[in-house]
Amino acid sequence: MSIKQSTFYILLKRDLTLAARHRAEIANPLLFFVIVVSLFPLAISPDSKDLQVIAPGVIWVAALLAAMLSLDSLFRSDFEDGSLEQFALSSHSLSILVLAKVLAHWIMTGLPLIILAPLLAVLLFLPDNAMFTLIATLALATPILSLVGAIGVALTVGLRRGGVLLSLLVLPLYIPVLIFAANAVNEAARGFPVAGQLYFLGALLCLSLTLAPLAIAAALRISLS
Amino acid sequence: MWKFLHKFSSPKYFYSFSGRLIPWFGWFCLAFMLAGLIGGLFLAPMDYQQKDSYRIIFIHVPAAWMSMMIYMIMAIAGGIGLVWRIKLAEVIAASSAPIGASFTFLALVTGSLWGKPMWGAWWVWDARLTSELILLFLYLGVIALYSAIEDKRIAARATAVLALVGVVNIPIIHYSVEWWNTLHQGQTIAKFGAPSIHISMLIPLLLMAVAFKLYYALTLLMRARCEVLERERNSSWVQALVNNNLKT
Repeated sequence: MSIKQSTFYILLKRDLTLAARHRAEIANPLLFFVIVVSLFPLAISPDSKDLQVIAPGVIWVAALLAAMLSLDSLFRSDFEDGSLEQFALSSHSLSILVLAKVLAHWIMTGLPLIILAPLLAVLLFLPDNAMFTLIATLALATPILSLVGAIGVALTVGLRRGGVLLSLLVLPLYIPVLIFAANAVNEAARGFPVAGQLYFLGALLCLSLTLAPLAIAAALRISLS
Repeated sequence: MWKFLHKFSSPKYFYSFSGRLIPWFGWFCLAFMLAGLIGGLFLAPMDYQQKDSYRIIFIHVPAAWMSMMIYMIMAIAGGIGLVWRIKLAEVIAASSAPIGASFTFLALVTGSLWGKPMWGAWWVWDARLTSELILLFLYLGVIALYSAIEDKRIAARATAVLALVGVVNIPIIHYSVEWWNTLHQGQTIAKFGAPSIHISMLIPLLLMAVAFKLYYALTLLMRARCEVLERERNSSWVQALVNNNLKT
């Protein structure tokens, strides 16, 4: 069977097509990301020295919140029109199907964050030598955010007011990612080596890539029952 | 052994059996707590550095131990409920969450009360404090999810998945927080129990730890009995129980 006929690929393509037809939904979390970051200079001070200190933390917290906000749409429409039940009933492994959905979701929400982040970093006067680290941490960690967040979405998809609950479930689980990523950017801005933090993020990515789909599938089956 | 477990895990048997256990747990808990408090507050000598303020450890340390133990129990019971669909395990997991959250809160409050005279601040972003705070958030998430889902059997299974995900995450959170803190501050300000503790302080501490465990068992049984009654309200034995109580 060629790769183009595999269910993983077909589902990925379907989700990407669906997302491309609803562009406004993709734009909203990104706008949120930009607006939140631009609020901080207004609230703290326009001084470049102050902003430089808080830049890594602010960008990372904003990215975290934007990623969490975008999660809500991950299973919503498939749950409402019953496709999710068909996925669960099909002979294919639900974990793999779910992984395809999360990957599509990450491509539509995580990748634009990575592209936007350097722009915001310039707004907050982040030193140039930290720019590569910022992009690297975002590239390694936004998939973790999508994968771990999907567990929370799968648990709350059947609830009417899942939004606030989702943040309560998911944000504590995001803390290690925030610590390693923001710390790496901070250290890079000061000119220290950051390989250790990046390795940790890579390890967390491997862990969530292997374990999260199982948990997501189990949570979805409970929500569907 | 297995026969007993099967029998015990039926809600009806559990209800009557736990009713007989509760007074035992209650009296033993009271005895241990009295002994621990007297030993800790009156008999144990004053600390040469911290004066009498250190005596809060007799509440604080057992509460902190319980907060982690109960999360493990909750996750294990949830996992058992998830795999074998044992109703009693689901009930135990669901009833454990609020108790565990209370112990975590107690540990945080007593820690902050102790921190004010010792560190000069109510709150320090110390690694242990922070991971305890995150544990409280995890508990609150579990409680919120459980109360948000109408069907209690589905709610129990959903929270079990969340608790298991939390268990995988707790060591990661713990070490990342520790690592974050040590990198920022160089060294920690104070450590509980880092120097070897004197026997006259250790004995009351252990007594209090046992008392807290008994207290947990006591409240767990009480909550679990309520939960069992609520879940089995349509079954014949609960109806009979209610009718008997109404007559007398």
